[in-house]
Amino acid sequence: MPDPMKIRANQLGDATEVKVLMSHEMETGQRKDSQGKVIPAWFIQHVDVTCAGKTVLSAQWGTAVSKNPFLSFKFKGGQKGDKIVITWTDNRGEKRTDEATIA
Amino acid sequence: MADIDQTRRKALQQGASLSLLTLLSAAGWLAPGIAGAETWNKSAFDAHSMDETMKALNGSSPAPSKDVTFVATPDIAENGAVVPISVVSALPKTESIAILIEKNPNMLAAVFDIPQGTDPSITTRVKMAQTSNVYALVKADGKFYVASKEIKVTLGGCGG
Repeated sequence: MPDPMKIRANQLGDATEVKVLMSHEMETGQRKDSQGKVIPAWFIQHVDVTCAGKTVLSAQWGTAVSKNPFLSFKFKGGQKGDKIVITWTDNRGEKRTDEATIA
Repeated sequence: MADIDQTRRKALQQGASLSLLTLLSAAGWLAPGIAGAETWNKSAFDAHSMDETMKALNGSSPAPSKDVTFVATPDIAENGAVVPISVVSALPKTESIAILIEKNPNMLAAVFDIPQGTDPSITTRVKMAQTSNVYALVKADGKFYVASKEIKVTLGGCGG
């Protein structure tokens, strides 16, 4: 089971700022191990962020996103206490969902 | 005979345009909220050039725009494995923002769908193999716009 995401969601005026730190290897498939064998690609492909059930951001990622990806964005329409739910899916089909409330 | 040929041609044409549509929606770029769809746009992420990427994203060549800007993005990245990139679009009806890195093995790094109500500004971190131009590709009101910035990398983010 992958480690949980660190999510921070703060209300700044009429906008909500969301910052996420995910825990993932994001292996590119370009590197080789000490035996010279290619390390297979392993990376997050989809990220979905919802606030109170409504999608506020969705993303498709390639292998070029850094290890332990960081993401930050703002949206309007959120309120203090609303629930932010973030889900990622990687190319092995593994999923991780975490949530936070807007502070 | 001519009649039959005509019908056949029409049928073929219709068939072709239908399958093209199906392909496009399968690629996920037609419907809004594409990135949330289960289909990951493999051809776009496998592309090695701007042209290939644009083709895979079903877009024409993008117009350079001053309304797409990089903020809090370094000119020199000491570590190519972690390059912070912030893209802001001032274009109305921004639908999606993509980050492309010219000299990476595959150009496309990430595509973000911006639903209504979400600020067209994204911050993330990417890997860069070497010093390269970075493109911010924005789709706004059905059209594509682009801005670029060169980031110098002193230590590559791949291999090593």
